[in-house]
Amino acid sequence: MPKSTATSTTFATSKLDRPTDHAWDAIVIGGGHNGLTNAAYLAKAGLRTLVLERRHLVGGAAITEELRPGYWFTTFSYALSLLRPDIIHELELTKHGFMPILMPTTFCPMENGDYLLLGQDHGENHREIARHSKHDADAYDAFNHDVLKVCQAIKPLLDAAPPDIFSDDPEELVALAMLGQRFRRLDKKVLHDAVRLLTGSAADFLDDYFESDILKGYLASSSIIGTKVGPYSQGSGLVLLYHLMGEHDGEFGAWAFHKRGNGGFTQLLARAAESFGVEIRLESPVETVITAGGRATGVALDDGRELHAPIVVSALDPRRTFLELVDPRQLPADLVEAITRFRFQGTSAKVNFALDGYPRYPALGDRTDQYRGFTNIGPSMEYLERAFDEAKYGAFSQRPYLDCAVQSAVDPDMAPPGKAVMSCFVQYAPYHLRASDWDTQRQPLGDTVQATLESFFPGFSDLVIQREVQTPLDIERTVGLSEGNIFAGEFLAPQMYFFRPAPGWSQYRTPIEGYYQCGSGTHPGGCVQVTPGKLAALRILKDRDRARAGTGARV
Amino acid sequence: MIRTTPFHERTAALNETGIWEHWSNHLVATRYQMSEKFEYFAIRNTAGLFDTSPLYKYRVHGPDADRFLAGVLARDIRTCPTGRAQYTVWCDDRGFVVEDGVVLHVAPEEYLLTAAEPNLAWFLALVDGLEVAVDDVSGDWGVLAVQGPKSRELLASLAPDVGRLAYFDVISTTIGGLAVHVSRTGYTGDLGFEIWSHAADAVAVWDAVWGISRGRGVIPFGMTALYMARIEAGLLLLDVDFHSSRFAWTDADRSTPIELGLGWMFRDLATDDRAFIGHEAVRREIAAKSSRWRLSGLILDWQDYDRIFDAAGLIPPKDHTPIQDEYYIYDDELNQLGYATSQLYSPILQRHIALARVPIHLTAPGSRVKLELGVSHRYEYFDAHVARLPLFNPARRTA
Repeated sequence: MPKSTATSTTFATSKLDRPTDHAWDAIVIGGGHNGLTNAAYLAKAGLRTLVLERRHLVGGAAITEELRPGYWFTTFSYALSLLRPDIIHELELTKHGFMPILMPTTFCPMENGDYLLLGQDHGENHREIARHSKHDADAYDAFNHDVLKVCQAIKPLLDAAPPDIFSDDPEELVALAMLGQRFRRLDKKVLHDAVRLLTGSAADFLDDYFESDILKGYLASSSIIGTKVGPYSQGSGLVLLYHLMGEHDGEFGAWAFHKRGNGGFTQLLARAAESFGVEIRLESPVETVITAGGRATGVALDDGRELHAPIVVSALDPRRTFLELVDPRQLPADLVEAITRFRFQGTSAKVNFALDGYPRYPALGDRTDQYRGFTNIGPSMEYLERAFDEAKYGAFSQRPYLDCAVQSAVDPDMAPPGKAVMSCFVQYAPYHLRASDWDTQRQPLGDTVQATLESFFPGFSDLVIQREVQTPLDIERTVGLSEGNIFAGEFLAPQMYFFRPAPGWSQYRTPIEGYYQCGSGTHPGGCVQVTPGKLAALRILKDRDRARAGTGARV
Repeated sequence: MIRTTPFHERTAALNETGIWEHWSNHLVATRYQMSEKFEYFAIRNTAGLFDTSPLYKYRVHGPDADRFLAGVLARDIRTCPTGRAQYTVWCDDRGFVVEDGVVLHVAPEEYLLTAAEPNLAWFLALVDGLEVAVDDVSGDWGVLAVQGPKSRELLASLAPDVGRLAYFDVISTTIGGLAVHVSRTGYTGDLGFEIWSHAADAVAVWDAVWGISRGRGVIPFGMTALYMARIEAGLLLLDVDFHSSRFAWTDADRSTPIELGLGWMFRDLATDDRAFIGHEAVRREIAAKSSRWRLSGLILDWQDYDRIFDAAGLIPPKDHTPIQDEYYIYDDELNQLGYATSQLYSPILQRHIALARVPIHLTAPGSRVKLELGVSHRYEYFDAHVARLPLFNPARRTA
């Protein structure tokens, strides 16, 4: 809830901190990847744009920090996949050092000491899967082909704002009709597969193709990321599809590690934004959005200073955007109700390690090339589901799912020569613990993760030089993501597309004229796609053009 | 019988793919591991090792070595003192390029010159009474390229004087106690060096470099990754981007240095009194502005690219594999304008790029052309714009 509801009506009484501060056309609250992207597009279109970041660095959850001399940790977000190519081009990111390094392997250790190691060669992958199931080696090609067809069909939805199904605006009706037409044109099987993935469980879908536990465990791991579902839960298919839709250099499902981690990415995004004229102010927490007569006129900072602009954009999550930055009493009751019901319930944590060397996997001897991509500790769907079971009842998993990345294997600048940094995404770690609290359970979670790794990599603990544990509570405190949800709101069907973040408010506007939303809580969501930031900017610019043309901006 | 390079004992052990190709009768790795793109990223992010030994190498020495090269090479060798190197071309009397290479001025009256194809007879025929010897020393040296942002730091830990080399400097030093020449040169468009070691010492030099590389993400890279890097860097490849004038059947297969974008080699031509081979033709071409085309960069319009593939029901491919073959370029009315000689999807630029021969009136950056490519078994015409070469040119390359 807002701590104050300032409604300054005249500039004369406001406390401007410098003479130029009234000259902003737009103020973006939050310097995460979407805030920076939004600001960059606005500035590129000629708007004098200011980004206000609460912390001492930009990036939001996509930051890289040198927690120990020579060891760089991707504190939270740790890889790129869904980043949209159009934004790379339009913001000229390659000029500023964009470097997504290929992750050429996926390593899936098993509890019996065996493993599944996939790489870049189709024939070798076939043989590797055949070690576990000859049937699945062939089925894997069929699965990839079928899923690719669904991705091809769905992908365009990520690149445009959802039509407003509640509007009578002819433009929206046309957009809706085109959407319907697009689906009508689809092959029956593709459409059916899409619906099965969007609404069903990952397990049901994967069971149709595969028999091997390790292959299903690996694939199903993508169906639970950041969401309070298990692979057997309805809804996990949607999360799976999102991760399969990730695209790197035209290859679906591929991931990349940005030079210096996702913090390296947001730093260059900030440089790109600045090159278009964006000003970024760090350590400038915004207390509230100032409104007058139903429209936004600026922001009040924590220290009481006020900055004014006719456009204010929140890159924060929907709860903060609608219930904290403005007085909910200014908003329609159904919107407030929808946002109040919006599910965050973060279930992920991060445990990051500085290591004295590379972990040893007994079955692979002294090899280390298996660490050039993700190491997936989720050897079966049952393993994942059991990890979920504990979370259902308010406890963290005793045998958690881990998505590990030894990032120094891909980018040696992340650790001193011969040493390593290892980022471990941990699930499940529910924000709401039933019997304890995260300040008490932080290190026990770290111990559990380390013990799990030790069970797969004997001697792992001896390599640990430093360990950093980020619980959902830490994510919320540090980054500001409500309940530590990494997607700024869960990837559940009732919270996607037309309904993200609330029915009728999926087009980046808010009921307050001049006040917009551009965070991952809007379509198409989290995962460092940066699309919400872009689509919100396009909406803002379109509204501005309409207002200028005298047709009246719809707000 | 195919030969191996002086480094083969080591490169063979590292080639996990078993894929080799032939380069001037030597076995060289196409790639060492399953992903050539991963090797490419070593060049752009850390450092990669490349065995470039199969190049032809000539030792030009004697009291008249300077005079000889001043007359043979198009670029003025007199501006290349001992301790410097030059990228250069040699031409025929009509001003067409015979070949290109790098010349290292390793000692007074002594040069080492590289070439992609044999040129000994060509050079010997031009000695013409001068006190100079031209020896084919191709088999005497192993040449190891160390390319990438970490290359300087890496080599400086083995031979500190390498750390002070400026772009195109060359020094004689030691690595692991063995005499080597190290030049700050390469074929990747990145910060990089080439180490010339006596063939018998090559394995020991490799071991010294490999030893210091461990744990730093340095890996060997093969021909595919090399070609990826060289196209991004706008570096020419013989028999792809140009052909030797000596063996061309028609002038359509011949190029002048200016047409190849090497006009910068003649910046000081007004004060250059050399009668180098082809100098009259070069002067004439400059005065009459008679170049037929210019090798330029092309960047494909990504929206048009996606649109055409989408319309064909295909996912737009982004293939980093270099295509070193001719593809034609057109104007809007589909009149042919020229052709692309090399192309790929560049991971560092995130764009489809090409090297292309474009008519002079379209060489201004931003000029629009269309590139013809096959999509779903028929030709389509992709929007592209002309861009200055090199398309990728990091500051570290020359800094």
